Amino acid sequence: MRCMSLTIGTLVGAVAVLVGGFSYAQDDLAKMSQNPNQWVMPAKNYANTRYSQLKQINTSNVGKLQVAWTFSTGVLRGHEGAPLVVGDVMYLSTPFPNIVYALDLSHDGKILWKYEPKQDPSVIPVMCCDTVNRGVAYADGKIFLHQADDKLVALDAKTGKEVWTAVNGDPKRGQTGTSAPLVVKDKVLVGTSGGEFGVQCSLAAYDINSGKLAWRAYSEGPDDQILVDPEKTTQFGKPVGQNSSLKTWQGDQWKIGGGCTWGWISYDPELNLVYYGSGNPSTWNPTQRPGDNKWSMTIWARNPDTGVAKWVYQMTPHDEWDYDGVNEMILTDQRINGRERKLLTHFDRNGLGYTLDRATGELLVAAKYDPKVNWTSGVDMDKNSPNYGRPTVVQRYSTQAGGEDHNTTGICPAALGSKDEQPAAYSPETQLFYVPTNHVCMDYEPFRVSYTAGQPYVGATLSMYPPPGDSNMGNFIAWDNKTGKIVWSDPELFSVWSGALATAGGVVFYGTLEGYLKAVDAKTGKELYRFKTPSGIIGNVMTYQHAGKQYVAVLSGVGGWAGIGLAAGLTDPHAGLGAVGGYAALSNYTALGGQLTVFAVP
Amino acid sequence: MKSRALVAACVLTVAALWAGVVIAANADGSGDPTAAKNQDGKYYDKQGTPTYSIKPDGTVDWYTYSGYRRYSSECLRCHGPDGAGSSYAPDLTNSLKTVSYTDFLGVVAGGKKDVNTANDLVMPSFGVDRNVMCYIDDIYIYLRARADGALGRGRPAKHEEKPTAAQKWENSCMGPA
Repeated sequence: MRCMSLTIGTLVGAVAVLVGGFSYAQDDLAKMSQNPNQWVMPAKNYANTRYSQLKQINTSNVGKLQVAWTFSTGVLRGHEGAPLVVGDVMYLSTPFPNIVYALDLSHDGKILWKYEPKQDPSVIPVMCCDTVNRGVAYADGKIFLHQADDKLVALDAKTGKEVWTAVNGDPKRGQTGTSAPLVVKDKVLVGTSGGEFGVQCSLAAYDINSGKLAWRAYSEGPDDQILVDPEKTTQFGKPVGQNSSLKTWQGDQWKIGGGCTWGWISYDPELNLVYYGSGNPSTWNPTQRPGDNKWSMTIWARNPDTGVAKWVYQMTPHDEWDYDGVNEMILTDQRINGRERKLLTHFDRNGLGYTLDRATGELLVAAKYDPKVNWTSGVDMDKNSPNYGRPTVVQRYSTQAGGEDHNTTGICPAALGSKDEQPAAYSPETQLFYVPTNHVCMDYEPFRVSYTAGQPYVGATLSMYPPPGDSNMGNFIAWDNKTGKIVWSDPELFSVWSGALATAGGVVFYGTLEGYLKAVDAKTGKELYRFKTPSGIIGNVMTYQHAGKQYVAVLSGVGGWAGIGLAAGLTDPHAGLGAVGGYAALSNYTALGGQLTVFAVP
Repeated sequence: MKSRALVAACVLTVAALWAGVVIAANADGSGDPTAAKNQDGKYYDKQGTPTYSIKPDGTVDWYTYSGYRRYSSECLRCHGPDGAGSSYAPDLTNSLKTVSYTDFLGVVAGGKKDVNTANDLVMPSFGVDRNVMCYIDDIYIYLRARADGALGRGRPAKHEEKPTAAQKWENSCMGPA
């Protein structure tokens, strides 16, 4: 008895200390993210606005920007994501082998520590479209790294020593890690890649102190696997009912159903909900997987403590084009139709910009953010319609209607979407979203494939080219999420595959695939500055202030899907023989090489 | 079982070909690509290596066309459109100028690793992947045509009918739908 009471007493004490520690850590992180001098989470803040209040660099002096210092990562592959800045230290991660560097900002980026995990290189080819890594997360004195081999590692932020390791998935079954984790309260959330390998993907939450799995929520499967409450989880305000996912798949196909979760995660502390998107259903051949394939292609709102979904919205039921729904959810508080609302804005791969009420999941706006989008005539916004919220598919662009072994031509956008993972930014001053976009169309021919664990499970042939009459493959646009309208649009030679940064200085930054860092006027889109970095940019621009001076930083290092798809240049299969190879080849502009470039006004 | 049998069959094929093929130095990695024989719509050069047939009006044989589709589904994700290479993996229209048919089969079935301080190139083994191995000749024939400059970029505009033999092989190799 005595023994037991002592144990209980000690346990209670320990729990009290831990709880105290937790609440300190989470308050700390939320507060730290409000400090403009730092950049403590992947998208600057929980709302994922990628907006900085810093304004030392502004429209009047950005033209004088110069390189302050540079850092070679020593890795050649595609560099997505952005560094973090916590205190006087910058943390950045590289593509495979996923080196993490801690750099001393007080000494021009001197290396404080370097961590290099030991991973089996056989994971490399399992990673669809390059061995990218979209950055690390910070909380409670730890750095969290999501490795290529789908391990999650917590490192001591001071020393780089491993604190714990958790195995999230198995690359031999096609599960890999590319995404940046997000810490919410005492949990670190992490998604999975593997949509082209028939993975049943999930979002998982691990305890930040122990690395123990707290919950795992699959994108498709039985209710207890997808953490959906049939009575309480809603779509369009109505409960989804029992077996909402299972009913929409043939047989056991949900077990290899995809719906991957490798995009960015956002969080609303007041509503206590996390938001993210699930990706394409596997395979790319729609005929092989009849049904709506729920809940692939879905915007999810989940309780971060339990994982249970509050609401869902499936944007592209029964995907026929690989319009992977993983892009970021940006949370803003704005006045719309005369009413203050908590909004969620999402630029989907399918070419539609969605504005929703993030408390309820009510759909407010769904509009094309590239005028060339043609696969749908629009989303049914009639609340009384049985098709409410569904996109109306234009028959001639339906690869399902065309069937297997039929080449459906001229579909816009292409499978890489009007926008891929490259995140947009939002400025509360202009109330505009700054969106890096792709301007590419495709032919799509689905055909029969068979599933083998750990092997690609694709089932379609694609060819891609700019929309008829255009030669630019990208645009950088400003978007009004209240009206669903493009405010301005800057054409770019290649797809814009770099995350945007908006600042209180009235300047918006982004990178280009040729390697330019560009600064434009937030109001007009007018170019104010450009500098050609050593390699193409697929990283996200960030900013911080150190010792009283504002810096802008970006990773160069061409690669990712952009490097694969555009390296040799696109060809238009319908342009006749003479025009083949007529579009710019990225390999004529840039070559591999990971480098951080840090800018300042001298 | 089926997968294992497929690997075994593939390894046997590779071994048999190693023993029997003399590699010529002209044209491409497998020698002179000129079609010498048409067997049920599939073309072979004088060494007996699968090859392409492209008519003056641009009509390609079924296997070249099928190879384009399967390449684009299974290989493009790393090697880029039309075999032309990417920031991630080599230009195959260049590689196949020196890589022979037998070496090609060996690399696709067994994979390839080139990991050192300068490179982290890893190609997986596709030996158990029916979507690749059931169409391995198709993919080879397509890439051979690309490497020889006989076929341009993009989808071949016209192609011969799918031969009965190709359908039969597909059914037996891919298993029931």
